[in-house]
Amino acid sequence: MIAPVSITLMVNDEHVNAHVSPRTHLADFLRDHLGLTGTHLGCEHGVCGACTVRLDGDIVRGCLVLAVQADGAVVETIEGLSDSGEIADLQEAFRNRNALQCGYCTPGMLIAVQELLRQQSNPSRETIREHLSGNYCRCTGYHAIVDAVEATVRARNGANA
Amino acid sequence: MKASDFNYVCPSSVEEATSLLALHGDGAKVIAGGQSLVPALNLRLLAPEILIDIGRIGTLRYISVADGMVRIGALARHVDLLNSQEIAEHVPLLAEAITYVAHPAIRNRGTIGGNLAHADPASELPACMMALDAVMVISGPSGERRVAASEFFLGIYETALAPDELLIGLEIPVTAAGSRFYFHEFSRRNGDFAIAGLAAQANVRDGTVESLRLAYFAIGGRPTLAAHAAAKVARQPIGPAVIADAQSALAEDLEPHDDQQASSAMRLHLAKVLLERCMSDLVQDQEMKRKALQ
Ligand SMILES: Cc1cc2nc3c(=O)[nH]c(=O)nc-3n(C[C@H](O)[C@H](O)[C@H](O)COP(=O)(O)OP(=O)(O)OC[C@H]3O[C@@H](n4cnc5c(N)ncnc54)[C@H](O)[C@@H]3O)c2cc1C
Ligand code: FES
Repeated sequence: MIAPVSITLMVNDEHVNAHVSPRTHLADFLRDHLGLTGTHLGCEHGVCGACTVRLDGDIVRGCLVLAVQADGAVVETIEGLSDSGEIADLQEAFRNRNALQCGYCTPGMLIAVQELLRQQSNPSRETIREHLSGNYCRCTGYHAIVDAVEATVRARNGANA
Repeated sequence: MKASDFNYVCPSSVEEATSLLALHGDGAKVIAGGQSLVPALNLRLLAPEILIDIGRIGTLRYISVADGMVRIGALARHVDLLNSQEIAEHVPLLAEAITYVAHPAIRNRGTIGGNLAHADPASELPACMMALDAVMVISGPSGERRVAASEFFLGIYETALAPDELLIGLEIPVTAAGSRFYFHEFSRRNGDFAIAGLAAQANVRDGTVESLRLAYFAIGGRPTLAAHAAAKVARQPIGPAVIADAQSALAEDLEPHDDQQASSAMRLHLAKVLLERCMSDLVQDQEMKRKALQ
């Protein structure tokens, strides 16, 4: 048996102390230890993007970061982004445009979109597609997702104008 | 799938990391960004006894320019290169190539050291190091040594690194004023590994090409400098006949492989297409620039 390692981190603005086995990846830690099941697991080898979370402000694959590597870090999940209202308009646009069907990819998709919109105020459809190239959706065919992102861009720019 | 059990240590210096490597031998594996290693762990392709996490060795995360040399620490992430003004200005080939590497969430974690040490033959970055004539800086029990990129990549996932050595950084000569680059790859989807790709660096003068370095990737087991093809176009006025000659010479340079993505014949064909586009891009751009200046 491998001894668990003690870690301390911030998750959605809350202090967390825990003991984890080194092999536990961050997505499993969030889901199984903290009950934050909005972070999904599809492939567990970095291809699908369902496990996307924010680590120290940057989006990462939750399945490709070990929980022990997140010691001392700030983690934000879809629960945190939802509760703070940061992406409320984006979530509304996803609903309005039918940008989700089964919803499995949606948490990862929303977090990835929000990173793009924080970096660029007026991305083209092509840039949106490229930024989301690492997030699989098997229902929508992506078109509606790009529509929802564009609608959010327009609304945010309009609100700022 | 889930990784099998392993121990974990997080050294705070290169010396500590290399002595841990020496101590644990075959049972140890280095982890940097984890973007190639963790998939292999989760798929149980690898089951090390202990992971040595070099990710917190702060001295390995830098990008600097001095004395005609760009120096990059092993822990510089893909996104750091992407956002670096120094790289954009002094190594434009690398700035272009990095946009083809993986997806944003992976670029936020993956490091250049991990990418080069991993030596995936389909990766863009090893080929760029060959085209740019970069030098790998390695640290081991007996101190530091330097290895040219052309002697570093030995085969599929195989490099000149000994098991108890760390890649700590790399040195790339600042791209000379007036020199030009070309980068392109064929892949199924943005961010996917290439089916065939080319990174090239050259000096172009009066429509002729000098000191051309053509580094192909995803063709054969390691990145390859196409020296025969480059010799055919060197100091020649670039036209269809010269390009065709160089394309034929590619058969001597490359050993294309078959896999589920493409046959070896298709890869050789794509290599030829890339060469033609590269040559016309290198000279045309130059022509246009000259006309614009007149
Ligand atoms: C979905 C997906 C798509 C990808 N697409 C691409 C792509 O298009 N192009 C591309 O080039 N890459 C791609 N990658 C791989 C990515 O670039 C990795 O980040 C990179 O190859 C490894 O860097 P890392 O820091 O994550 O290394 P790690 O995964 O931590 O390590 C990789 C290997 O290198 C060793 N290692 C790491 N650092 C050092 C060091 N300093 N010294 C000695 N050994 C070391 C490790 O022991 C391990 O064997 C992709 C990855 C994923 C998951
Ligand atoms: S579950 Fe992490 S990328 Fe698929």
